[in-house]
Amino acid sequence: MTLLATRRGRKPAGLAAWEEAPSPAGRVGKGTLLTLIVLAVLFPLYTIVLTSLSSAATVNRVGGLVLVPEGIHFDAYIQIFSDSVVSRAVLVSTLVTVGGTAISLGVSVLGAYSLSRPGSFAHRPLLFSVLLMFVFFPGIIPVYLMVSGLGLKDSYWSLILPTAVSAFNVVVLRAFFMNIPGEIMDSARIDGAGEFRILWRIVLPMSKAVTAVVGLFYAVGYWNAWFNAMLYIDDTRKWPLALILRQYVVDSNPLPTATLGVSGMGHDAPPTLAIKMAIVVIAVVPALVIYPFVQRHFTKGVIVGAIKG
Amino acid sequence: MISATAATPRRRRAARPGKELTWRAKLRRDWPLVLMNLPMLLVVLAFWWIPALGNVIAFQDYNPYTDGILGSPVIGFTNFALLFEDPQFLRAMVNTLAITAFQLVFYFPVPIMLALLLNSVVSARLRAFVQGVVYMPYFFSWVLVVAIFQQMFGGAGLLSQLLRERGHEGVDWMTNSDTFILLLTSQTIWKDAGWGAIIFLAALSTISPSLYEAAAVDGAKRWRRMWHITLPGLRPVIILLLILRLGDALNVGFEQFMLQRSAVGSEASEVFDTFVYWSGLRTGDLGYGAAAGLFKGLVGLLLILAANRVAHAFGERGVYSKS
Repeated sequence: MTLLATRRGRKPAGLAAWEEAPSPAGRVGKGTLLTLIVLAVLFPLYTIVLTSLSSAATVNRVGGLVLVPEGIHFDAYIQIFSDSVVSRAVLVSTLVTVGGTAISLGVSVLGAYSLSRPGSFAHRPLLFSVLLMFVFFPGIIPVYLMVSGLGLKDSYWSLILPTAVSAFNVVVLRAFFMNIPGEIMDSARIDGAGEFRILWRIVLPMSKAVTAVVGLFYAVGYWNAWFNAMLYIDDTRKWPLALILRQYVVDSNPLPTATLGVSGMGHDAPPTLAIKMAIVVIAVVPALVIYPFVQRHFTKGVIVGAIKG
Repeated sequence: MISATAATPRRRRAARPGKELTWRAKLRRDWPLVLMNLPMLLVVLAFWWIPALGNVIAFQDYNPYTDGILGSPVIGFTNFALLFEDPQFLRAMVNTLAITAFQLVFYFPVPIMLALLLNSVVSARLRAFVQGVVYMPYFFSWVLVVAIFQQMFGGAGLLSQLLRERGHEGVDWMTNSDTFILLLTSQTIWKDAGWGAIIFLAALSTISPSLYEAAAVDGAKRWRRMWHITLPGLRPVIILLLILRLGDALNVGFEQFMLQRSAVGSEASEVFDTFVYWSGLRTGDLGYGAAAGLFKGLVGLLLILAANRVAHAFGERGVYSKS
């Protein structure tokens, strides 16, 4: 709210000369609305983070989520990471996200570049095979049968390969590559550069922004994926974080006894709510960490895709 | 962006130098490109084309253990006929269409209004801050969104907690099947509306400021300018996205429903995709589930093609155009 209280009476700097200064009522209304919108997003995160950092006593006394901080305790996190269930899930999710993003980005960049030259060998059928993915989905069951037929059940590959190529991302990259002036590539070709060198040395450095955004999309997709894991991973030791989140946070199933056993049945053992909220925080954090770095590229990357997609 | 707002004439296929080459010569020239395409082609083949063809099991009394895909008896359209006698399938269809209609009214305008609000914020720094905040939930998983809503509005959530402290009854909106459509729409708004505003903001930024200036000089006040300049400027994008949403009417999201199905019951939460999963993989009648999936896929395909037609008729580019 304080941010919004611009200097009274004077026109804010960003206002054009012809534009009337906002009325006090309008300014207050707009400010309230914006504050509410921002709070709607940030408040749940605030209280969840706070609860995850609260001591057992505080959470018990409040009887639920903590709204007012009373000291910072890392008990819940210590307990989570000293136990194998959640820390292993974090490891699995990290592995799948990093590996999957690398594979997806590699496959998509190569694929998009190979489709960026109309008139090349088999250009139209190859492009068509990707564009078809936009309009038709083969169905959950045939894909499931394919994955289990390939023997990928309970393998981390089942979390990567079926979603390795997103037609949307390929089209975004392709649109970007096609906008690079052909003369630049021609001159490189005359200098004796092959296609791989052109892609690596010229096209990719010129497409850093869009590649970053597409990478973020893939990474977020892998980190967040829940359904494929539920479908293909039966072995609980191979569960990614999304399944843990569902099992222990949403459905409130008891964590395996190992978790409770760590600090014994002592009085200071944080209640499950703090642990639950800590798991939620761990699931949110990676997105929040990468987010600011990629955010400035959004509009550029997304608009091309939104239109083409 | 311009391509969305202004109807760009389809690029004329210029004389392509490759046209007169034989395919052998082209292959000799383009083999590195083909090589680059190969990994993607393999993935698409394995997880798109082959499964798409695997839909033949929809026409079989498919038994994966004894007969396999080649030996299972072909039963024609029996599975499809059974679908239309299955009350649960009809419920899934009704629910899906009802949710699409509901969200068209109560979700679709939200990103537009948000974009208008953001666009009217004078301070660039404040606007960037609010944008940064409202885009964020788009990157959260559905599991996370459901978990967060549960902590706020569930039986043991914050709202109930505050109500009980004041001596009222607690509420549990997470398990109430009557209000499920409201719940899932608010979840969708919370997660996606901010992100959805991006495209409208981009469209707004292409409207020439001189139009506003001229209108202001002619005495048009804020609201008149919005009515006569801003909204007409947004119209092409709004129409395009509306058409695309209609073409996508059978898709209302999947994980959101799977995750909350046990809480609100199947009556309120069954949609096409969840029906396919439960009827096919859970009860083990794979051919039947595949039939439901294929039905949805094909109707969805028709809807998208129709929507694209309409988009082209409006002078827009639609989901795809020949390139």
